[in-house]
Amino acid sequence: MRGSPTKLLTAVRIRLALRNPAYIFFSVIMPIAFLFGFFLVFGHSGPGAVPYLVAAVIALTVMGSFWGLSLQLVLYREQGILRRLRLAPIGPTPLLSSSVLANFVLTLPTLVAELLLARWMFHLRSLGSPASLVLLVVAGGAAFSAFGLIVASVANSLQETQVINNALWTLFFFLSGATVPLPVFPLWVQKAAFFLPATYLVTGLERAMVLGAGPVAVAQDVIALAISFLAAFEISRRLFRWEPEEKLSPQARTWAALALIPFLLLGLWESHRPTHIQQMQQLLQKAAPHGFSFFGR
Amino acid sequence: MSEVAISVRDLRKRYGAVEALRGVSFTVTAGEVFGLLGPNGAGKTTTVEILEGLRQADAGEARVCGLDPQREAAELKQVIGATLQSTTLPDKLRVEEALALFAGFYRRRRPIEELLQRFKLVDKRRAFYSQLSGGQKQRLALALALVNDPQVLFLDEPTAGLDPQARHEIYAIIEELRREKKTVLLTTHYIEEAERLCDRVAIIDHGRVIAHGTPRELKQQAAGRVRIELRLAQPARDGWPRSLDAVVDCHMLGDTYVLHSTSIAQTVVALVRNLEAEGNELVSLEITPPSLEDVFIELTGRRLRE
Repeated sequence: MRGSPTKLLTAVRIRLALRNPAYIFFSVIMPIAFLFGFFLVFGHSGPGAVPYLVAAVIALTVMGSFWGLSLQLVLYREQGILRRLRLAPIGPTPLLSSSVLANFVLTLPTLVAELLLARWMFHLRSLGSPASLVLLVVAGGAAFSAFGLIVASVANSLQETQVINNALWTLFFFLSGATVPLPVFPLWVQKAAFFLPATYLVTGLERAMVLGAGPVAVAQDVIALAISFLAAFEISRRLFRWEPEEKLSPQARTWAALALIPFLLLGLWESHRPTHIQQMQQLLQKAAPHGFSFFGR
Repeated sequence: MSEVAISVRDLRKRYGAVEALRGVSFTVTAGEVFGLLGPNGAGKTTTVEILEGLRQADAGEARVCGLDPQREAAELKQVIGATLQSTTLPDKLRVEEALALFAGFYRRRRPIEELLQRFKLVDKRRAFYSQLSGGQKQRLALALALVNDPQVLFLDEPTAGLDPQARHEIYAIIEELRREKKTVLLTTHYIEEAERLCDRVAIIDHGRVIAHGTPRELKQQAAGRVRIELRLAQPARDGWPRSLDAVVDCHMLGDTYVLHSTSIAQTVVALVRNLEAEGNELVSLEITPPSLEDVFIELTGRRLRE
């Protein structure tokens, strides 16, 4: 087999993921179950709600990347697999790139399946702006896998990885607008939500799919996600550890927080001039003018 | 004199309060199998990992194929092959996929078919890593180490944890590498392995090389001594085998006395006399020429595997 180390590692990691029942469960079955779950609960809120709900499910699928990816890398480190790879003439870059690429290739079929199912079963009529959808999925996928890489670099053990992942997932799940619509929260919570990278992915996708916001309109979200991908990737490359015995210094952990700077700036910008927050209000109006109905009630 | 493949001069390494290496020096000539023999914790793995570029020495100089393992790590990794004390691969990786993956990392590569045949993995080519036995995993680790046709091979405890049959398979592979004139640096705490496989051996203890030479030269250091192992029907009163004529040291190994003597005749005559006097009987008596173990005991006063 010929090719660059990145290509070789990507191909092998895709194959390994497909042989892993846990991957199939968390990356294929669970996101599709979310889709059905959302429609079971909110599906009767009117035709405007369909793209809104699909956008949320797609955002959750893309966001989930960081979870499995960080666990995989930490497991490889703890098992000594990275140690063996270290003897070969490859640095951390091909290894980390292959994580992001493999994750991307593996997420795509799930996303396509979700869109097709939404079309066939829940009558999704339009993707809004397909170009914006693609841009957000690519930038979001890259950013959230790079967050996984940072978690792997920062966590010293498998347990720590689980704790960090749970904390991040809880934040992303409840506070990004993916499950609970943001306008439901008091204004200060909404402002706080716009410090989270996840919120830009969710609101970007919702605007693209519900309002048909084009690439220019979602550029801010795409750029924020792309910058945080670059920052997170570079930081995880610098903090990368091959051996479980190498522990990370507290300074290095602070370093890792730098990946969040683009969102800190955006968050400050948003609380200063809350355009997104106003848009979410309009968006919710369009999606469910009479509010969301639970189980058709 | 042929060319030097590995040279190590005054290597030092400290982990916190522990001085793992306290000035290790040796050279390995191209085409020889060189053994680092010593007990666990002697500094063998640290030495090898510095040479592989996995660890940085605090002081001293190391060269492998003329390259500095730290500053020229990328180039070095192209020309060396290595097995770790325990190599692990992902459970669901197939044997042939592992070989193809690692082969792809190198400029020079051996055909995968050849490696599968040589390491008797043809039948296992589609097997997952997790389905392999300990011996098969180690054969795959060796195949991976040879995938780039390396100039120098590092084998860290290549038979540790293997059953006797698997161990002999690995011996046969290393003997074949020796016939092919590969440069091999192997670490071991098995005397048998060092004596059987190595052209030259450095005995390492507490981070220092305490002796080196061919196994024959080393054994000559313990020349004039024989090893006598005896078992008695009843325990000896006051441990008298210890004070038999010409015995220089004595220790118990289970119910067996292991003696070193400078004169077989004197010791055996004294033994018979003591047995008669005590009314005791001999269960077994074995007299062997000195081994590297005896050299180690003479140098350190300890057994190799304590």
